[in-house]
Amino acid sequence: MDEKTSIDMAAGLACPIPITDYKSVLLAHGGGGKLTQQMIRKMFLPSFQNEFLEPLHDGAVVSFNGVKLAFTTDSYVVNPIVFPGGDIGELAVNGTVNDLAMCGARPLYLSAAFIIEEGFPMEDLWRIVLSMQSASRKAGVSLVTGDTKVVDRGKGDKIFINTSGVGLIEPGVEIHPKRAAAGDKIILNGPIAAHGIAIMSVREGLEFESRVESDTAALNDLVSTMFDASKDIHVLRDPTRGGLASALNEIAESARVGISITEDRILIGEEVKGACEILGLDPLYVANEGKLVAFVDPDAADRVLGAMRRHPLGKEAVIIGEVVPDHAGTVVMKSRIGGFRVVDMLSGEQLPRIC
Amino acid sequence: MRFIDEYRDEATARKYSERLHAITTRPWTIMEVCGGQTHTIVKFGIESLLPKEITLVHGPGCPVCVTPREMIDKAIAVASRPDVLFTSFGDMLRVPGSSRDLLTVKAEGGAVRMVYSPLDAVKIATLNPDKQVVFFAVGFETTAPANAMAVWLAKRLDLKNFSILCSHVLVPPAMEALLSSQTHLVQGFLAAGHVCTVMGYEEYVPIAARYHVPIVVTGFEPVDILQGIYMTVRQLEEGRIEVENQYARSVRREGNVPARQLLSEVFEPTDRKWRGIGEIPMSGYRLKGDYAEYDAEKRFEVGDIEAQESPLCIAGLVLQGLKKPHDCPVFGTHCTPESPLGAPMVSSEGACAAYYHFKRVDLKSQI
Repeated sequence: MDEKTSIDMAAGLACPIPITDYKSVLLAHGGGGKLTQQMIRKMFLPSFQNEFLEPLHDGAVVSFNGVKLAFTTDSYVVNPIVFPGGDIGELAVNGTVNDLAMCGARPLYLSAAFIIEEGFPMEDLWRIVLSMQSASRKAGVSLVTGDTKVVDRGKGDKIFINTSGVGLIEPGVEIHPKRAAAGDKIILNGPIAAHGIAIMSVREGLEFESRVESDTAALNDLVSTMFDASKDIHVLRDPTRGGLASALNEIAESARVGISITEDRILIGEEVKGACEILGLDPLYVANEGKLVAFVDPDAADRVLGAMRRHPLGKEAVIIGEVVPDHAGTVVMKSRIGGFRVVDMLSGEQLPRIC
Repeated sequence: MRFIDEYRDEATARKYSERLHAITTRPWTIMEVCGGQTHTIVKFGIESLLPKEITLVHGPGCPVCVTPREMIDKAIAVASRPDVLFTSFGDMLRVPGSSRDLLTVKAEGGAVRMVYSPLDAVKIATLNPDKQVVFFAVGFETTAPANAMAVWLAKRLDLKNFSILCSHVLVPPAMEALLSSQTHLVQGFLAAGHVCTVMGYEEYVPIAARYHVPIVVTGFEPVDILQGIYMTVRQLEEGRIEVENQYARSVRREGNVPARQLLSEVFEPTDRKWRGIGEIPMSGYRLKGDYAEYDAEKRFEVGDIEAQESPLCIAGLVLQGLKKPHDCPVFGTHCTPESPLGAPMVSSEGACAAYYHFKRVDLKSQI
C-alpha cells in the first residue's frame, strides 16, 4: 500500500464524531436527546444516506405501484423487564405498532427477534410471549416472522427484544414532521410522564413507593378514529424517551417552525407530579409509551379533538398549543404563573438534582 | 398538590408582580443565593414578570457548580480504582474534570452508581463487603445532615468499607466573601430557604448589619420567589436593613436543632476552595475527630491532586454575579451542556445551563 492510499484510507475511516468529545459510547447516546441526534446525523445518516432515511421519521415510508407502506424497527432493552403496568413484551409490540401509527399507517405485520441470556427462566419467557400475543391481538397485528439467539450468561441482560413492523398508509393520509405549519393546533391525548416514572420507581437502588403505572398502549386504533374525523392531520408523534419536550423540539426543528405551548394545559397525574418533584425531574422530559401529539389543521382541530375524546385512549385529550410564525425551531412555553420560557432539547440523560 | 399548586398560582403571582411594579422607584440588584432558586426563576420565566428596574444576579449556591475541578479529578481517581464502588448524586456525574467526567469512567467499566440518598450508599456498602464504597458528599448545609447521618451510621455499624469524598460548602462565608469584594453589585439577598431550614437564620443577622444588605430567607416555588423579591425591594425602598423570613412554613429562627447537633458531632469547619472563586476561609466542612477515618481523600491518598480551571471560562465572575452567562464569549459556542467548560453549564441548577436551556430567545420581546 503506497503512502497516499493509506492516508486516504485513514481519512475515509476517521470517525466523524470528534474523538476528543467522546472516546466511547455513553448511555446518553441512546437517550434520544442531543447526543443521539449527533450520532445519527454525523455517523448513521451520511453512511446510509437515502431518500427514505433522510426525513428521520419514526419509520420509513416506501411506495410500490402506488401503494404506500410504512416500515419501522425498534429494540427494547427496558430494565426491569416487568414493571408496574406492563412488561418488555407488551412494550415491544405497542412501541413498534405506535411507530407505524405515527407514520399514519395501519399496522399489519410485525417481526420479533429475541436475544436471551443463558439461564433466563423459561417461565419469564413464557409470560413475555403471552403478553406479546395479547398485545398484538389487541392492536390487530400479526407476528409473522422472528429469530432467537441465546448469549452466554453475563453477555446480555436477561432479554432484549427487537420488533420490526410494516403498515399500510391509506390514500389521502400524509403525515410528516415537515408538514407542521403556522396555525396548526397541537393536541395531546392525555397525562404525561407515567411510563418513565413507573420504570424509575422499581429500578434497582431507586425504589420509592408509588402507584404509578406505565401508560403503555397501542395507539393505532385511536389514530384511525382521528383519521375518520379528518385527514387534515399534518404530524403525529409519540413522545417516548426524551418526553414531550424532545418530540416537540424535533418537530419544530424539522419543519423550521415555532411552537408555543401552555404549561397548565399539559396534564400530569398527581402521583407522577409528586415523584418528579421529589426526584427533581422535569415531566416534560420523562418517557411516555401511550401518548401522542397531533398537529392538526385549525379548521379540523375541534372535529379531531372530539373524536379523540370519545376514544378510551383520548378521553383526556387537550389542545396544548399551536404552531406560530415566530421563533422558528424553538419551543416556547407559557409557564403556570404566566412567565415564558424556552423548552429545550435534553442534552444527555436527565439526572436527578442534588437538592 | 398541596404546598405546590398554591405556590404556582397565576393570580397570586400576578398580584406580587403588580405590587412590585407599584413600589419600585429605582434600580435594584438582588442576588438569589441558591441554584434551586435560579432554576425556578428561569423555568417559570419570573424575570418577565419583574419591573425592568430590578436585576437578578445568580449567586454561588449551586453545589455542583462550585465544586472545584481538582475535587472532580480526585473523585475520578478514586472511582477508577478496581476495588471501589463509587456512588454519587446524579448531577455530579457529568461535571467535567481535567480530562473526563464520572460518566466516562462508568462507560470505561468503572463501578459508578447514581444514588438518591447517602444512606443508600451505606446500604450498598453493607451488601458489597468486598468493595470499598465511596460516596461523593457534595452540597451546602442542606445535604450535610443526611451525609453526616451516613457517616454516623457507618461508624455505628463499624463499616470498614465505607467512606465519603467530602466537598461540603457553607453559605454565610461565601456571602461574606462576596460582600467584602470591592466590585460586588449586590444590594439585597434572597437567602436559601432549605439551607436555613437546617441552620436557621441567626447567622445572617450580623452579615446584614455589617454589610448593610437586606436578607430575605426565601423558598423555591415561583410565588415564594416573587414574594421574597417583593419583601427585599420593600426593605430597600423603605431604607430598612433586616433579616426577614418569607419561607416561614419551613424555616424557624433556630433551624433544625437535632440536625445541627449531628452536624457539629460529625463535621468541623475548614477552608475550602470554590470553583471560579478560590479559597474561602472556613467555608466548608471536613470530617471531625474519630470520623476522619471515613475520609476517602485520606483513605485513597488523593489529597495532593491539583487541577487548572479552563482559562476561557468566566464561571467565577458569573458565580459572583459580576457577569451574566451570556456575557461569556464562549457561552453557547465552545461551552454547551454537551461539552461544558465550566460547572455552571453542567447542572440544571447552574446559571449557565439555566440560561442555555430556558432563555436562548429574547422572550421579553414577545410579551
